[in-house]
Amino acid sequence: MKSLRKFMDKIKPHFQEGGKLSMLESVFDGMETFLFTPNTTARSGVHIHDSNDMKRTMITVVVALLPCLLFAMYNIGFQHFKAVGTEATFWEMFFFGLLAMLPVIVVSYVVGLGIEFIGAQIHHKEIQEGFLVTGILIPLIVPINTPLWMTAVATAFAVIFAKEIFGGTGMNIFNVALITRAFLFFAYPSKMSGDMAFVKTDSAFGFGGTAPNTFSGATPLGDVATNVGDTLSDKIPSTIDAFVGLIPGSPGETSMIAILIGAAILLITGIASWRVMVSVFAGGLAMGALAHAFPTATYPASLLDPVAQICFGGFAFAAVFMATDPVTGARTKIGQYIYGFLIGVFAILIRVYNGGYPEGAMLAVLLMNAFAPLIDYCVVQVNINRRLKRAKAQ
Amino acid sequence: MALIKLKKGFDLNLKGRITQEGVIDESKSPTYAIVPDDFVGVVPRMEKKPGEHVAAGEALYHDKNDEKIKVTSPVSGTVADVVRGDRRKILAVVVEPDGNGDSKSFDPRSNPKELLLESGLWAMMRQRPYDIVPSTDVRPRDIFITAFDSAPLAPSLKVVLGEDEKYLPAAVNALSTLTDGMVYLGCPANYSFDDTGAEINTIVGPHPAGNVGVQIANVKPVNKGEVVWTLDVVTAARFGKLLETAKMDYSTIVAVTGSGVTDPAYVKATMGCSMSSLLAGRLVDDEKPKRIIAGNVLTGVKESLEGYLHAPYRHVTVINEINKKDEFMGWASLSPKKFSIYRDFTSWIFGGRHQQVDLDAKLNGGERAIVMSGEYDKMLPMDIYAEFLVKAIIAFDIDKMEQLGIYEVAPEDFALAEYADTSKLELQRIVREGLDKMRAEMC
Repeated sequence: MKSLRKFMDKIKPHFQEGGKLSMLESVFDGMETFLFTPNTTARSGVHIHDSNDMKRTMITVVVALLPCLLFAMYNIGFQHFKAVGTEATFWEMFFFGLLAMLPVIVVSYVVGLGIEFIGAQIHHKEIQEGFLVTGILIPLIVPINTPLWMTAVATAFAVIFAKEIFGGTGMNIFNVALITRAFLFFAYPSKMSGDMAFVKTDSAFGFGGTAPNTFSGATPLGDVATNVGDTLSDKIPSTIDAFVGLIPGSPGETSMIAILIGAAILLITGIASWRVMVSVFAGGLAMGALAHAFPTATYPASLLDPVAQICFGGFAFAAVFMATDPVTGARTKIGQYIYGFLIGVFAILIRVYNGGYPEGAMLAVLLMNAFAPLIDYCVVQVNINRRLKRAKAQ
Repeated sequence: MALIKLKKGFDLNLKGRITQEGVIDESKSPTYAIVPDDFVGVVPRMEKKPGEHVAAGEALYHDKNDEKIKVTSPVSGTVADVVRGDRRKILAVVVEPDGNGDSKSFDPRSNPKELLLESGLWAMMRQRPYDIVPSTDVRPRDIFITAFDSAPLAPSLKVVLGEDEKYLPAAVNALSTLTDGMVYLGCPANYSFDDTGAEINTIVGPHPAGNVGVQIANVKPVNKGEVVWTLDVVTAARFGKLLETAKMDYSTIVAVTGSGVTDPAYVKATMGCSMSSLLAGRLVDDEKPKRIIAGNVLTGVKESLEGYLHAPYRHVTVINEINKKDEFMGWASLSPKKFSIYRDFTSWIFGGRHQQVDLDAKLNGGERAIVMSGEYDKMLPMDIYAEFLVKAIIAFDIDKMEQLGIYEVAPEDFALAEYADTSKLELQRIVREGLDKMRAEMC
């Protein structure tokens, strides 16, 4: 590592003020702090600091997302070869998924980090790590058939208008990854829903085949939404299938198993709030049970039992990775229970009773992002009132 | 007597704990110094000029805004220097001892308040709100005395007190005439005091349980418009001794601790003595630069070997500035040796969070906006939304600061949160600035 350190020390002057490459100062600083823990020591206040920093926190979330990412790659291949109708081995499926996912990951990181770097340089600040997580979330929630340029446009929109103009990581009101998804959803609805979005129907870098025109790759929830009659049709997969995850859907959301591994990592490391996570599931189960208590053919999703509601679609992924975003969620303990529970309720409410949207998790989280400050305000106000009352009682 | 159990907080188990019994004598300090910055809220106006003789207990300077508040010399000698910084701000008043033990006599029968002011003990007390030296025109609601220091490596105040414990009843008795309320004494579970006359609260829990602010918050919080005085048990005993002997005793016992010290020990010294007299021959002799701290690692002041033990402290900690230079991708470490109180490092699996650890002064990251929620709350056992309060201070929203309880806190209460903060914000500085601005607005 000494040679690397020497090399960094050698090129450092070029990036400092007055150097030839001073316009890339923030980028160099980002690289340097990435490679070597900075030697800066405490100036004021406490003389010791914990090892934990934002880089560690963010990378832990990325690690928690890896099971979902790996499963997504396999499932993309699995769905593709199923659509094409040819046999393929496990590794062929995985390789196809890798080829299909890689461009999306690259586009997401290049566009997002590029904007972050520029923003950091303009403000002469250190590069913030928030996009490390957002950049991996985006490929996991954007349907695999979405054209890359759309992903690029949506990512740029989200990073600039949902994050940078609010002041960067830690200041945003809405979850940046979900804004990307929502932008795509409302700007290019035809590409983002229906039968063709969720299964890769053409080849990736010449690998794989092309699905026949008659292929329909609707998600289970899409099928549920178009279900006719008092019982669900056979083409809707069982809850067990949805739990395992070999079903069409946004890449990261399909497998409950992978999501639960990620949830375990987040909870054991203490990065995510268990209060939010548990209450989202509680809210979803409660609303699912309520809807299922009054099943009707008019709202076919009410025919799903509560456990199926949670296993299908993006509900679990949103509960574990989106709702637990500390920046956009409620920050008080009591607030977190309310915030999580309402996300669960709204996700199922939208899914069941709004014919326009077969899935409601994304909209529920975004809606509650908007209300999180209000929830916190009310919780904090209770504390304030208690303090005022105490003062008056004296 | 009440038992208060606190769950929030954390006891950092640092290397360099005192294991030996007994107290070593300091080598003689060539000079002594008083640092005006230690007495927050007091603007110094000198009473003694360089070259003038000063007796122990005689005032070196008084407060520009209230000349009753005096800061006194810990030794008899001549004022050697008044060190000034930018805009002629007084940084230190240095006294060269003459060794003749000339000590000012006080009249113990005079009004306790005047005795406190005259002896300089007043300046050793603090008031909430604002965490400043108490103003002289307010009668406090209550007086809180903390009998222990729970900070990492902190001395046992029982050891520091020693025989002087017997003076506590006199001090409590005199202090109780200065308030209409109570005099509270916050003790840990393993201390017992003979009847001092104070209302004893037993505090059980990790640091910051010893912080007097935490004790107030859990006994009887400070409300708007109320004033509470705080002091520690050593200052109280010193007051008691003054009442019974008519002389100020500035001798103290200092805990010299930390991984940078060869044999951590209690050292008998005098307030304001030089660091070199405390540390001579005791520093670990290796290549690594050392950080010498007057006080503990959380709230202490960075000093050099040429500096002084600041008057309010009975503790010196020496740690390495940097244990390991240019650590390669330290943030990605999976090593269980990498210490963290959080579970996203692996040390907790092997119980590393409570094992002895040698921490250095590195920031371990860059300053960021507040991202993680609830981190501060876990380190602050008060009924306060710390994160919201910090944000209100940063935004300088006076109403919000007041509503969220800024009158109840002192910077030291946020020290542990500052250690634990993922975003590496300077919380103590932020809170100090908030309190100062608040005071400027209100007065």
